[in-house]
Amino acid sequence: MAENKKVIVPIGPYHPLLEEPEYFQLYCDGEEVVDVEWIAGYNHRGIEKLSESKHWEQVTFLVERICGICSTSHPIAYCNAVEDLSGIEIPERAKYIRNVIGELERLHSHLLWVGLAGHFLGYNTVFMWAWKYREPILDMFEMITGNRNHYAMLRIGGVRRDIEDEDIPVLKKTLSEVKDKIKMLTEAVLDDPVLGARLKGVGVLKKQDIKNYGAVGPIARASGVDIDVRKDDPYAAYNLVEWKVITTENGDVFDKAVVRLLESFESIKIIEQSLDAIYHKKGEIWKEVRNIPEGEGIGHHEAPRGEVFHYVRSDGNTTSPVRHKIRAPSYVNIPTFKASCIGQTISDVCIILAGVDPCYCCTERVAVYDKDKKKKVYSFDQLVKKSIEKTERIKKEIGKEGKLWKKLL
Amino acid sequence: MIERIKEKLGDKIKEIKFHNEKRIYITVDKKDLKEVVNIIFNQLGARYQIVSGIENFDNFELLYHFSFDKENGIVVSFRTFLDKEKPEIESLTSIIPGISYIEREIWELLGINFIGHPNLKHFLLREDWQENLYPLRKGVKKDGRE
Repeated sequence: MAENKKVIVPIGPYHPLLEEPEYFQLYCDGEEVVDVEWIAGYNHRGIEKLSESKHWEQVTFLVERICGICSTSHPIAYCNAVEDLSGIEIPERAKYIRNVIGELERLHSHLLWVGLAGHFLGYNTVFMWAWKYREPILDMFEMITGNRNHYAMLRIGGVRRDIEDEDIPVLKKTLSEVKDKIKMLTEAVLDDPVLGARLKGVGVLKKQDIKNYGAVGPIARASGVDIDVRKDDPYAAYNLVEWKVITTENGDVFDKAVVRLLESFESIKIIEQSLDAIYHKKGEIWKEVRNIPEGEGIGHHEAPRGEVFHYVRSDGNTTSPVRHKIRAPSYVNIPTFKASCIGQTISDVCIILAGVDPCYCCTERVAVYDKDKKKKVYSFDQLVKKSIEKTERIKKEIGKEGKLWKKLL
Repeated sequence: MIERIKEKLGDKIKEIKFHNEKRIYITVDKKDLKEVVNIIFNQLGARYQIVSGIENFDNFELLYHFSFDKENGIVVSFRTFLDKEKPEIESLTSIIPGISYIEREIWELLGINFIGHPNLKHFLLREDWQENLYPLRKGVKKDGRE
């Protein structure tokens, strides 16, 4: 494939900033990207294999280690799968607590993304502010679970820790403060003409692309495909609270940002209602599960990046799963680069890759090879600089500074 | 929805198992699988989720998971069994482009050959990985040795 294309731009595989290493090869004709190849496995830890040698209860904590950002998504999906296998109905209070944890995670993950996207475009103010507003959310996690990350809240049959009554007013107060800040950030981002010019029409995914690659989450919803496991196949207490699925029509990076920002408000709505329910409804938070019968189960959860899918099989005799298949959302979202990057320029690829919210590991050590084997190496800084230059150029072209700065300052 | 699947697939369904009203497992023959997936994916509008490869005592098993999101969110998994000695099946990349990566993964981890896959090379493992050593098989230890 490489021989007949002009230039290969490898992106990745390692960068100390990022949570997971991955490697993309961009086949370029001048500035334009004509093909993309994804090479993975740099961070493959064999968790599916490992899971076959752990106790059912231990696997909950094993799968929590799959991802550091959406660390509770895998346990929720796994517990859903095991509960589906053995036909367990968890107590209502546990359902609401799962809601709170799941949605707080979405909030912090979306804010993290907005910050990084700003950083890649040269809007470091967005980065600083988004991450600052994310901080109280991590504090809320610490208050509820004792940890800022890897909360270890889930267990088969319910949750491991209760939310105390006296914590609820504090949590609600923090949440309403965070809500105001996110509102300000959202308005600033949506109104900014430079961000609009930089992100609209970039990296467009059509509905057919979504179907072909099985893409999920905000990527699909930004292209007008209203799939959301929380609504379509409700689990935890998502069918007991009021909220709506956010969709937009254009499928570009701007719409992906819009979906994520607006979703944050829905998450806040869900958390508020769930906290009220927890306050008023007392009861058990878990149900004892003695053994897992023979059979198979499927569980999924709408993680911040899309549907997490777990399949488990038990033979009824051993204390470990016989097979445990895990599919993270990025597994189906990343291949959409084949549709979204082709025809775009190298300076836009940075933000298109970021738009999917994969692991950003990529952008260190970018090297450009031309066909005469002359090598030129782009550093991470240079690639970001290229992206920032384009933002600056657009700023000049539309003749005004974005309103963003004034709003935030 | 399940009635429409039954009607469309007819006698291609060898066995149908309802784990509950939202989790349905349908066993099909491996020679029918491509046509079945074509009907499910293109005519009935199912969303491709993933493929699970499983090694059993006397055969290999593939589960193709599809979701009908707007039909009450049911997950229909198509089960097919492959020969233990020489596991192979036709690749579905011509129907679902996104299935390419998981087929490569199952090929390298479980040793199931996907006939007609355009790019069947290592995805997670090193390119110089030992031939005929499939780490997800039951006989292989966690450190990768047999």
